[in-house]
Amino acid sequence: MLNVKEMLEELNASPYEEIEIRTPHTGIVQFVGLIPGDRVVGPSGKWHERPGTLLAHLTREKNKKPISATQKGEVMDIRNDLEGQFVEAGERLMTIRHFLSKEEVLGRILKKALHLFVAPERAKYYFVPEIDAKIKAGGEQSVKVREGLEMFIVSRMKRETPLAYSGPEGIIYAVYFQQGDNVDGGQPLIGVCPETQLSLIQDVVSRVQGEWEERD
Amino acid sequence: MDIDKRTRELAARLTYIRDIFGPRENASVAMLRTRLEEFLGQAPALGMRELARQVARLEELFALLEGKLENELTPMDRVRIVRHAQRISLTDILENVYDNYTEIGGQDEWSIDPGMLIARATIARRMGKKTVHQSVMVVGQEKGHGQEFRNAGSIKPWGNANALYYMRVAETENIPIHSYVFTPGAFPVEDYPGAAQQIAKNLYVMAGLKVPIISVFSEGGSGGAEAIALADRRLMLSHGYYSVISPEGAAAIEGGLRDRATPELIERCAERLRITAADNLELGFIDRVIQEPALGARPEHFDFFRQLRREVIRATDEVVHAAEGLGPLRGMAIRRQASAGDPQDIFVRWSLGSSARNKLVDQRHEKFRDLSRSACRDNRSLGARVFSALEGLVWAANSTLRHDLLARHKRRLLRLLEAFEAELRALRQGVGGPLQRLLGLDSSQRRMEIPPEALERLTNLSCPEEGACRLEDSWVYKSPKSREDRTLTCPNTPTHGCLDLWAPDLFGEFAGVCSHCGHHFPLEFQWYLYNVFGFAQAFEFNRELESGNPLAYEGFDLKLEEAKRQTGLGSSCLTFETHIEGLAITVAMLVNPFRGGTVGAAEGEKIIRAAERAMLKRTPLIFYSHGTAGIRIQEGTCGVIQMPRVTMAVRRYIEAGGLYLVLYDTNSYAGPVASFLGCSPYQFAVRSSNLGFAGPGVIRETTGTEVPPKYHRAFSALSRGHIQGIWDRRDIRKNLHQALLTMGGKNLYYR
Repeated sequence: MLNVKEMLEELNASPYEEIEIRTPHTGIVQFVGLIPGDRVVGPSGKWHERPGTLLAHLTREKNKKPISATQKGEVMDIRNDLEGQFVEAGERLMTIRHFLSKEEVLGRILKKALHLFVAPERAKYYFVPEIDAKIKAGGEQSVKVREGLEMFIVSRMKRETPLAYSGPEGIIYAVYFQQGDNVDGGQPLIGVCPETQLSLIQDVVSRVQGEWEERD
Repeated sequence: MDIDKRTRELAARLTYIRDIFGPRENASVAMLRTRLEEFLGQAPALGMRELARQVARLEELFALLEGKLENELTPMDRVRIVRHAQRISLTDILENVYDNYTEIGGQDEWSIDPGMLIARATIARRMGKKTVHQSVMVVGQEKGHGQEFRNAGSIKPWGNANALYYMRVAETENIPIHSYVFTPGAFPVEDYPGAAQQIAKNLYVMAGLKVPIISVFSEGGSGGAEAIALADRRLMLSHGYYSVISPEGAAAIEGGLRDRATPELIERCAERLRITAADNLELGFIDRVIQEPALGARPEHFDFFRQLRREVIRATDEVVHAAEGLGPLRGMAIRRQASAGDPQDIFVRWSLGSSARNKLVDQRHEKFRDLSRSACRDNRSLGARVFSALEGLVWAANSTLRHDLLARHKRRLLRLLEAFEAELRALRQGVGGPLQRLLGLDSSQRRMEIPPEALERLTNLSCPEEGACRLEDSWVYKSPKSREDRTLTCPNTPTHGCLDLWAPDLFGEFAGVCSHCGHHFPLEFQWYLYNVFGFAQAFEFNRELESGNPLAYEGFDLKLEEAKRQTGLGSSCLTFETHIEGLAITVAMLVNPFRGGTVGAAEGEKIIRAAERAMLKRTPLIFYSHGTAGIRIQEGTCGVIQMPRVTMAVRRYIEAGGLYLVLYDTNSYAGPVASFLGCSPYQFAVRSSNLGFAGPGVIRETTGTEVPPKYHRAFSALSRGHIQGIWDRRDIRKNLHQALLTMGGKNLYYR
């Protein structure tokens, strides 16, 4: 049984994720003057083409490489004792505290609460006509699914094959694809939750939407 | 009412003047403003007669001071004039210069590119009492007096493609083409057909169009202008500009700035680039200047349109006359009318006969061949020049004798022998055994004829005692970077997980190629010279042709000397003859370290001479671009004119039946790609190279959109259909040999 209160309290107690920046390989470390409390940003740009804030340089065999932040956050502590030192691979250089956004919190909760049924291969996915009609009439949450229920049509290169649901019994909480669009293999198609937990999950989502304070 | 209208017109004239002169303080402008304000203040109290008198006086003052201001125009003011919304546009010209027209390239915003206007128009000519309507194809950029959808005449590739299509239609229908250039530059998108590649196609096709082409320049922005301006007669409006780059762009490059340059620097660049009609006339890139009214032509200047009509008719007549030759009296009349008179008095039919059509193309070629010839430094002594000219004659004679006369007989003889042998074989098959034995053609005998060393080569290892015999790894030239004791990281490491590479390995044996993902690190041009083209055994020609500073661009002499000193080269282009697997080839090469591989008059001349030499000697012409940033902006139009010039030379070469193959490396952008490189039917790229029309920064500034990080990569160009293949650096020599054997026309000597 999902304990909403506990889960939220847990998240509220530590509303962040701690990212440890470790050396990818051996080399001599040079920091760039960051101090605890400094803000850093992750990769930016439409294609994430601009790297994140420069954190340090690692030089091996006269090859100086930048180490950049992978997430937005705040520098917690820096191992200034390593400045100018030769370090092994995997040595922790600093920790960045990344405060969770609403989306990330919801993502975490739903990941725990829902069963995600993923696409087995890259193809276009459709619901079978009966299920499609039900969704259109009564919304996603009116559809009950059970193991072995034939509910998708996989369409690839004009070849259509049925696909059966596998996983725990429940109702569809969310649909993650657009009918007629290509979905990559491994991407979630639907999220399923036990019928009894539906109201709980809805409650959590609305509370997060309303109460969660974003820190940056 | 009349007074109101005239006052409003005066106010509009003042606004126009203030737009042109920008923020500059000017006594005449200030005077006009105060006088107009004074008049407007007094007007309510004045009677009708007094009002009329004062307006007339004001109009006189405006005319007088506009004439005075005309003499104070700076080049940048002229740029502002042609970009002004009140500037005449192509539609005004169609309405006022031609007697009838129908738009065929779309209507207003319902067009594949609303900036490109294409129309069939007619001009009525008198022949006694008879009126003859002569058809022309009009193409040009329409700025539309500030209509947003016209994109200020910045044409997308498909707009240029449409213009080209209708120019071909004009050729089919044997009617002249009048092109009007009103563009600040082409719109830099790479989507098929691609800005650069389409301009290259336009130039290539226009070089051989067998109908008279007349172009009129108002705003001639670099490649976008060239796309429709390769013409037999190039006229220019007196307030127009024709330039290699917009003054703003030049200033940004000059100042090394990422943001906008200061107005003063822009103004200075506009002056240095020599972009005005008078400058271009002096440099010889246009044939005539059409004088506009003071401060530039606007739609209400009907006299100007009459003059423009006379000029385009006269230019078309002249081209037809030069190609076809008119009757003696009309020829004389045309010559006499060089400066004045109404050309409508003389009737000239504009459709050409078949021999005149070929002559027209030859004349066009000669015209462009002669342009900008003196814009580069020729350091050869008089003796060397005479020798070179004689050598050319000898080669021409040799080529005619060897390839045209003797080879023709040889071919005939070979064909006869071939037919005879085929007959014999047919006979053998028909009669069988006895004759077969008699002729000694049985299969076992032929097997015996294979030389033993060939059999050995095919059946044994090359050098079994030395282990793996990897000849391709033993490079003649090794990059100096391979002497450094350090490691390097492949840029694909985050996505491909490449391991660090040790420089002596990477730049030595691996030839600068990442052993994990195949990324090509850039290498010096010498690597290609020695490892691909065998430069040690090559014969370099025209080395004495060196880049100069034809526009006396301030501060450029020093930069040029510096580049020459650093690279040891006289220009960014190397031309030489060499061999690949025993086949003689001519190579032209642009090298990146010399001023970014930019192309100016010297480079253009060298490439043209290489094409002519390859044509004479019937060798393939390989163009290797080790990187080019475009046309050299400091040479202004002397640089941009190389686009049509070199494309024409290359077209001549291809049409003569040679093989013109282009290989791109590192970064190749702008003018060269949009002309003589992009027009090749065989374009290949070395892996990890980039090519396109404008770099990401320019695209961002011009179109306001960001481009994805790998937008210009060779693989993107390949998927867009711009190039024909991508080669590994280590295989270039092998692939070139393969290309020599499989590609190209009939006139290669080894065919």
